[in-house]
Amino acid sequence: MAMALRKLGWGGVLIGRRGFSSTGELESSSSRDGKLVNLFTAVNQALHIALDTDPRSYVFGEDVSFGGVFRCTTGLAHRFGRQRVFNTPLCEQGIAGFAIGLAAMGNRAIAEIQFADYIFPAFDQLVNEAAKFRYRSGNEFNCGGLTIRSPYGAVGHGGHYHSQSPEAFFCHVPGLKVVVIPRSPRQAKGLLLASIRDPNPVVFFEPKASTLKFIFRQLCKIYQCWLYRLAVEEVPDADYMLPLSQAEVIREGKDITVVGWGAQLSILEQACEDAEKEGISCELIDLRTLIPWDKETVEASVSKTGRLLVSHEAPVTGGFGAEISASIIERCFLRLEAPVARICGLDTPFPLVYEPFYMPTKNKSCFRLCTCEREYTSMTKGQYKRTTFHLWILFRQPIRALTEAFVQILDAIKSTVNY
Amino acid sequence: MASSSLLRRAISSAPSSSLLRPMSARLFSSDETVLSIETSVPYTGHKIEPPSRIVETSPKELLSFFRDMALMRRMEIAADSLYKAKLIRGFCHLYDGQEAVAVGMEAAITKADGIITAYRDHCLFLGRGGTLVEAFAELMGRKAGCSNGKGGSMHFYKKDARFYGGHGIVGAQVPLGCGVAFAQKYNKEGAVTFALYGDGAANQGQLFEALNISALWDLPAILVCENNHYGMGTAEWRAAKSPSYYKRGDYVPGLKVDGMDALAVKQACKFAKEHALANGPIILEMDTYRYHGHSMSDPGSTYRTRDEISGIRQERDPLERIRKLILAHDITPASELKDIEKEIRKHVDDAIAQAKECPMPDESELFTNVYVKGYGVESFGPDRKEIRATLP
Ligand SMILES: Cc1ncc(C[n+]2csc(CCOP(=O)(O)OP(=O)(O)O)c2C)c(N)n1
Ligand SMILES: [Mg+2]
Repeated sequence: MAMALRKLGWGGVLIGRRGFSSTGELESSSSRDGKLVNLFTAVNQALHIALDTDPRSYVFGEDVSFGGVFRCTTGLAHRFGRQRVFNTPLCEQGIAGFAIGLAAMGNRAIAEIQFADYIFPAFDQLVNEAAKFRYRSGNEFNCGGLTIRSPYGAVGHGGHYHSQSPEAFFCHVPGLKVVVIPRSPRQAKGLLLASIRDPNPVVFFEPKASTLKFIFRQLCKIYQCWLYRLAVEEVPDADYMLPLSQAEVIREGKDITVVGWGAQLSILEQACEDAEKEGISCELIDLRTLIPWDKETVEASVSKTGRLLVSHEAPVTGGFGAEISASIIERCFLRLEAPVARICGLDTPFPLVYEPFYMPTKNKSCFRLCTCEREYTSMTKGQYKRTTFHLWILFRQPIRALTEAFVQILDAIKSTVNY
Repeated sequence: MASSSLLRRAISSAPSSSLLRPMSARLFSSDETVLSIETSVPYTGHKIEPPSRIVETSPKELLSFFRDMALMRRMEIAADSLYKAKLIRGFCHLYDGQEAVAVGMEAAITKADGIITAYRDHCLFLGRGGTLVEAFAELMGRKAGCSNGKGGSMHFYKKDARFYGGHGIVGAQVPLGCGVAFAQKYNKEGAVTFALYGDGAANQGQLFEALNISALWDLPAILVCENNHYGMGTAEWRAAKSPSYYKRGDYVPGLKVDGMDALAVKQACKFAKEHALANGPIILEMDTYRYHGHSMSDPGSTYRTRDEISGIRQERDPLERIRKLILAHDITPASELKDIEKEIRKHVDDAIAQAKECPMPDESELFTNVYVKGYGVESFGPDRKEIRATLP
């Protein structure tokens, strides 16, 4: 897996300047001297560096000084003292408001919300206070030093309140930046440091942790995929940043563009591989920053491929995929060869039972990838029918082995597709 | 403890409940002789004169307390093993150690009174008359569960007994409880609602909003802080400037109660109910303890010492306290109490076996209950072309 990640390349690296600085200069680095670490260690390293390089930075949240639920803050309190790394009571609205005030005094406030599902009590503070502080004070005040970190997404049996992906809510709020990491530990470190030093308030979502390793293994089996969060990768010890608002093409292809972010990329990577076997060449893009997002990279890719599939775990309706779809249709209408496809969570609350049905799994993605590619080509109706049926059989087989019930859902799908 | 208790006898009928009706009659005492027992810890009041420490009970009630608590204890231990056997998935929070709160509260109120709590809800559900099979089936995500298998450990409900159930967001259930209390008052039901929350939840802003609202409108809302002294790994004093949660209401009166003593809890809840019906809200702080870790992923031993846990087990265990009282008053011999426990074990095992037989919910349940049935709302699949289920 580490190899697979390495394959994704290193790309441009921003080396952060020491001190109280919001900028960095882009440098191409071939430095690979680092230890093999997982995502949480990478986040931990980034927080260490953030606290170390800026004496006016603070890390706090529920149980943070003990290391936090996901062990991302281990050792920070010991190293930097309880004045700068501290536990808060259980009060998300208070945490967010406090962080905004702290940031408004010219500090870097790095607050953790234990699970993204618990960010909603803080929603008002983020939407109405953090996002609009600069605008409504005519630039007299701002809370640019604010970074809210929160683990998001499915873990397999996390149920209603430990699984949600709330990124789209924050994408609807001008004034906030929204970053969803990562594909990998190296990305996590670079993007987190960039977010912390960005002069705007940033909401930073991380996929969940290895404390639930066992569940993840189960999940891997169910979804037939490997998960980035368990991946280890060489992460440079150095202080470096990766640019925000820059998407990255992590797999080149010519038939269809696939856009995703966060943990979903691992599933898409697998789906692309399977589609490749069907003779479909997929270009996979990691969006990395959702607001403001890198339209140019996606546009360039879709202009080349003529097709787009967007995928996220959050429910399909009103998800960020809808925004991407609308923007790309505006920009690439004449070059599109098929409607934009979305493989996302269902429009239901995040379920406790049948989580795999809800999820935009590999097979769902792959099936859609293939149908999207075959649709609207110059096939006759009969040819098209045969191809989709072939695909149908192809992706149905491995699924059948998983659960009887899943097959029934797929039958339902089949009966509603109007070929 | 029993040595400090006073013993008076008189004839009267004491209310009693039991979760185990089908058990053999031998284990049920019908002796309703009134026993007066003094709680070992006095109540502390905030802006209110505390009730008497002398609690009236009966052999029948003590035995039913013993049975109910032993059943709850056993259920939680069994849930622990089922979780480890991967039959229960997701998040699971156990109540063992806190049983006296559920049992004592039930003894003081009726099913017309409401109860609403957070995610640590299994035993409160049993207390409200929920069955073991419904509980285990829900834990294992089966159709026969109290929430049709869709809620899991954190979301037990029982509408007919006014159990407004388990809530996942810490603190969110308390304002809801005030709304329930308002409806009860408006409908002149003469009933109250107990809104339970933890010491960690006590620091959420919603709590204070709810308090003000219910005090402003004199709602029959009883805020019950189950102070088990830790919110996840955080000790109460690390999170609260004043861990005297019964005083947190400022203008709302409060009472600190030994939450490890079912009799003390009963007396306090009875007192609170009368107060709330006449004057509006009151806070009850139950001084209690959870033996298990916060949830199944927490071994529960990193932020507290093993000595602390075993000390509480030895000195304050709610079940042992009742056992000692039963023995001290010669109500039932120790061997029969052991038999009761054996029988309970069998009940629990049978319930688990039955729950395991239950099917999973239908796949279509993924789409039900999102909106009201028949309102024609469509739920779309991963792509609009793939699944289009009109919500039933
Ligand atoms: C709004 C919100 N924030 C955080 C959490 C995560 N969380 C679940 S339980 C818990 C601790 C609650 O402690 P306490 O209120 O004392 O209840 P106890 O678990 O002791 O019964 C936390 C932080 C949550 N469920 N909801
Ligand atoms: Mg607690």
